[in-house]
Amino acid sequence: MTNSIPEFEENTNCFFVIGSNTSEGHPLIATRMLKAQKRGAKIIVVDPRKNQIGHWADIFYTFRPGTDVALFNGLMNVIISEGLEDKAFIAERTEDFEALKTLVAEYTPEKVAEISGVPADGIREIARTYAKAKPAAILYAMGITQHTTGVDNVKSTSNLAMLCGNMGIPGGGVNPLRGQNNVQGACDMGGLPNVYPGYQAVTIPDVQKKFQDAWGSAGPLTVGLTVTEMLHAAQEGKVRALYVMGENPMVSDPDLNHVRHCLEETEFLVVQDIFMTETAEMAHVVLPGVTFAEKDGTFSNTERRVQRVRKAIEPIGDSKPDWVIICELAKKMGATGFDFASPSDIMTEINALTPSYGGITYARLEELGSLQWPCPTVEHAGTPYLHKGKFARGLGKFFPLEFKEPAELPDEEYPFTLTTGRLMFHFHTGSMTRRSEKLDSEVPTAYVEINVRDAEKLGLNGDKRVRVTSRRGEIELDARVTDDIKRGVIFIPFHFAEAAANKLTNSAIDPVAKIPEYKVCAVKVEIVK
Amino acid sequence: MIEYKSVLTTCPYCGTGCTLHLQVLDGTLVGTLPAKEHPISQGGLCIKGWNVHAFVNHKDRLRTPMIRKNGKLEEATWEEALGLVAEKLGEFKAKSGPDSIALLTSAKCTNEENYLLQKFGRAVIGTNNVDHCARL
Ligand code: SF4
Repeated sequence: MTNSIPEFEENTNCFFVIGSNTSEGHPLIATRMLKAQKRGAKIIVVDPRKNQIGHWADIFYTFRPGTDVALFNGLMNVIISEGLEDKAFIAERTEDFEALKTLVAEYTPEKVAEISGVPADGIREIARTYAKAKPAAILYAMGITQHTTGVDNVKSTSNLAMLCGNMGIPGGGVNPLRGQNNVQGACDMGGLPNVYPGYQAVTIPDVQKKFQDAWGSAGPLTVGLTVTEMLHAAQEGKVRALYVMGENPMVSDPDLNHVRHCLEETEFLVVQDIFMTETAEMAHVVLPGVTFAEKDGTFSNTERRVQRVRKAIEPIGDSKPDWVIICELAKKMGATGFDFASPSDIMTEINALTPSYGGITYARLEELGSLQWPCPTVEHAGTPYLHKGKFARGLGKFFPLEFKEPAELPDEEYPFTLTTGRLMFHFHTGSMTRRSEKLDSEVPTAYVEINVRDAEKLGLNGDKRVRVTSRRGEIELDARVTDDIKRGVIFIPFHFAEAAANKLTNSAIDPVAKIPEYKVCAVKVEIVK
Repeated sequence: MIEYKSVLTTCPYCGTGCTLHLQVLDGTLVGTLPAKEHPISQGGLCIKGWNVHAFVNHKDRLRTPMIRKNGKLEEATWEEALGLVAEKLGEFKAKSGPDSIALLTSAKCTNEENYLLQKFGRAVIGTNNVDHCARL
């Protein structure tokens, strides 16, 4: 997030929520938004289904999944043609505005209505509300990123925010809401094939040298494989060993039948986890890690806020904290540089090598409770919102972007568009929440949401068992008939292994970010007799 | 005498990052309470947060390392399990090069653990084949 959650309540006058079911995915963020709404802030929600936050919105429209870029272009078309853009901000802080202006001129509300399914007047209403209510914040989640055009979608959000001068001010910005608790931290710490901790590129010789000097040895100058590429490479025999810490690609990855096949082909699979997950069941070696309650450490939340995790109880059985396991393994392989007495020691090394975490020490976290990066020195107070006065790259760049259709469109054989997502009561692949009695009893198993009129056409009378089939697989589950979802679109939550939505999803990926297109694929729905 | 303590920590579920107090009675987790002073949650928690303690003691928790023998996962000691992993990774690295090994770090683990696993991948194995499932 460019901005901070407390600003939502205090400063934000308009929330534009796209591709996030905030009240279910991030309930306590939604709480702050609803408090802002009480003092008059507007909430705009655009989503393929009328999700919970949609019910509370001041302005709500459904739209066709995968048409985000067109929708943003349409909003900018209205803003520019009505002269609502922030001219001073554009002149002082941005570049390439003319190119953007030329491109979005083509995207009239009428044309975008046809592409996206949002009526032309709705596009005007959203554009005017967002543009006139500074500071306005854009909020999004995987609904924006899980597309073959995910990177274009993200750039579109920042085009709109810059156009209205909503960058570098409290209460504004573009705010991706991270699903899992420490996605932010995993990225910050270099759990990515192209960067060391602090987003220092592996391809830069000086960076490599810095880590060589610190560690005695470092990675090559070439970018490594992403998770999707790793699985393909394992199937081809190019990757022979896969080490998985606390992830469950057997439920979370797209096109599960393919994932299973790849993992079966992996010569040596090591899984370090707290439960016998679907992925662990396929492993050659399983190493029992511990939960957050049995170890010390830090998590970084979606607003870059680093906070302590504190050990409350001893590890259960013979399990060990993940950091201990890695240190012991490294030492077994003869490595030096893994003699850490505690996570606080590890943080000291992180402070030295990661500029944005330079001042985030355990002593300061103890004193202050939390610190938001960038926090380069121990004197620095942390950064609640980014891009104040200046962008990291200098001027903010507008990206003129043409709309592209999703990789797989519905056709005669597979007439529905499937979109997937999460529920309030469950977390990711369900390995924790489904073992929590209260949470499991709320929503014990999978279901598919389908529009009333689509259900009538199929001959579904009330809730019934259906089979959903894509080009990659099929699952059976109960149908929930509702008018909260757009016609032609169905929704399945992805937490449930027994009817895993990801057996159906498409592994086509965004060419830059390599995010699979979870949010759109073509399926058919049949009644199970 | 029963021993009770309350430990301030961070919710392991979503990216909002509410903090909460784990209630510990005689070394066992018995409950969760919200943290009043927290800048985000301000004393609130969602239903997932209220139930964070529930999965920790679940009977399905993995308690010991396991090694696959004759197609079946069997209990092993740490010595055996880590010994086997070290031997295999060393062998693949020597025979097929560092890039024949790939590692997934975790959006559920701590910063320190993510840091260490990527350091292990890059410094000990010598590969940039390091990723996690954040795209997912
Ligand atoms: S309590 Fe709920 S909203 Fe807060 S971090 Fe946990 S899961 Fe997220």
